[in-house]
Parts: sequence; structure tokens; C-alpha cells
Amino acid sequence: MHLSADELIFWQYGFFKLNATIVFTWGLMLVLAVGSKLITRKISTDMKRSRWQNLLEIIITGMEKQIEEVGLGQPRKYLPFLGTLFLFVAASSLCTVIPGYQPPTGSLSTTTALALCVFVSVPFFGIGEQGVGNYIKSYMQPTPIMLPFNILSELTRTLALAVRLFGNMMSGAMIVGILLTLVPFIFPIIMTVLGLLTGMVQAYIFSILAAVYIAAATRAREASLQPETKH
Amino acid sequence: MDNMTIIAVASIITAGITTGFGTMAPALGEGRAVATALSSLAQQPDASATITRTLFVGLAMIESTAIYCFVVSMILIFANPFWSHVIA
Repeated sequence: MHLSADELIFWQYGFFKLNATIVFTWGLMLVLAVGSKLITRKISTDMKRSRWQNLLEIIITGMEKQIEEVGLGQPRKYLPFLGTLFLFVAASSLCTVIPGYQPPTGSLSTTTALALCVFVSVPFFGIGEQGVGNYIKSYMQPTPIMLPFNILSELTRTLALAVRLFGNMMSGAMIVGILLTLVPFIFPIIMTVLGLLTGMVQAYIFSILAAVYIAAATRAREASLQPETKH
Repeated sequence: MDNMTIIAVASIITAGITTGFGTMAPALGEGRAVATALSSLAQQPDASATITRTLFVGLAMIESTAIYCFVVSMILIFANPFWSHVIA
């Protein structure tokens, strides 16, 4: 049974394998990068603009508003990372309408890589915002006994991010495959539509959870400063 | 019953039970979450954006436990290391 896109190998040279996950990941990266480059070649700042530029602006301002609502003060600083997460996962699940395409996020390797990026980015932004001492002190909140539990919760929520995205993508593809052997007429199409919906929701969830984790890491000091400024 | 039969029976039954529990419990939790979200939407319709977003994030967190059960069932059926070891 074809569990993930890792099993389809295009080319192999000793240890290096070019499997479908890598090929589709690079294809997606190419489409996203070349597409945005082409659209932003002639940016116009007046009311008359191309509809592709309009689309990109809608996406960017939407993401910025969401990041701000989560509680991150300057959304522009976090927009590259969080926006890329959202766009990659969303594009990966949108392209399932193309026949012969398998979403690279349906492989545990890709989702683990994305979750590890989030895991590394949380102390990166936290230390950048608060400094090393304050950030490490935030692990001791509310008491130093909580230190192992805080570290453990960091690790498990990273794992949960990876498995959640992988499970949703893989189950979508597998349900369609199983239905094709049972009732091949209408139901696979309905399940593919459902897979599209869950793919977009999972893209949103992934980036919003990453934003919430980063906000928790960068906000702890302001929360403890506020009682001092009140009098 | 020899080893192969025991492993096959255990894997199949466990996969079925795992999926059974994995669909029941998160469905109950999600039902409660949506019910509370609907009642708070009825009380404060102008906060609907925040409520909807928090609802979706909460639903995804609850759903992830169901996904864990699904992944374990799939591993038991399709990528079972004990079965591959005993088949070889």
C-alpha cells in the first residue's frame, strides 16, 4: 500500500535518492518563487493594478492582520517566516487537483522539517526580542520546578505539529484511494473536495500555531512589565 | 495458533479498536467545543472573527489526537514491523 510520496523513487545514486517528495517540493518552490517574481516585476501603487498583484496584496494583508490578531506586535518582522509556512502548506494541498501530483506534506519527512523550523524559530525570535537571560528565565515561570515540564511541552508540541499535518494530508490521499476501489463514481470527488478544505484549514492552523508559540516566547516579558508601570 | 496467526489477529483487532476509540472521543470533545462556540456567538456576534478563529484552532488540536489513532492504525495494517519480520 502506497503510504507516502517517499516510496516513489525517480532516480538513485548510492545513498542519494530523488523521490517524489523532493521533486514535488522543489516544483512547488519553483512555482511559488517564479510566480511571485513574475507578478512583482511591475508593481503599481495607484488604483489601477494587475489582478495578480491584487491577489498577492490580499494574501499579504490578510496574513499580516492574522499575525497581529494573535498578539505579535510588529507583524512585518514575522511575516516572512509565518507567511512562507502558510503559503507552502496551502500550495501543497491546493495542487492536489493536478492529476499525478502527491502532496509533499503527505510525507513525515517534510512535516518534521517544517515543525523543526518552527521549533528553532521560537527561541530565535524569543532571544531576539527579549535577550538570552530573559528568555531562559521564561522557562522558569511560574516556578523553577516547571523547567522540565516546559521543555517537554516544547518538544511535544513540535511533534504534534508534524504529526497533525502529516496525518491530515496522508489520510486525505488514502481515503480517496480506498474509495476508488469501493465506490469509484461520485464519492472520490466529494472526498477530494473535503481533502482540499482540510488542507487549507491545516495550512492556516499550522501557521497560526507557529505564530502563537512565537508570541508566547516574545511576550512573556511585557506581561511581567505591565504591573510595574501601573500605579 | 502459531506466531504468524497471533500477530495477525492482534494487529487487526488492535487496529480496529484504535480507530473505534480514536473516532469516538475526539468527536465528543469537538461537539462540546462547537456547542460552546455557537452559544458564545449567539451572545456576542461582533466577536465572531475571534471566536471562529479560536474555534478552528481548538478543533485542530482536538483533531490531532484522532489523527494519532489513525496513524497508529495505518501502521498496524500497512507498515507493521512485526508482520514483516514474521513474514520474512
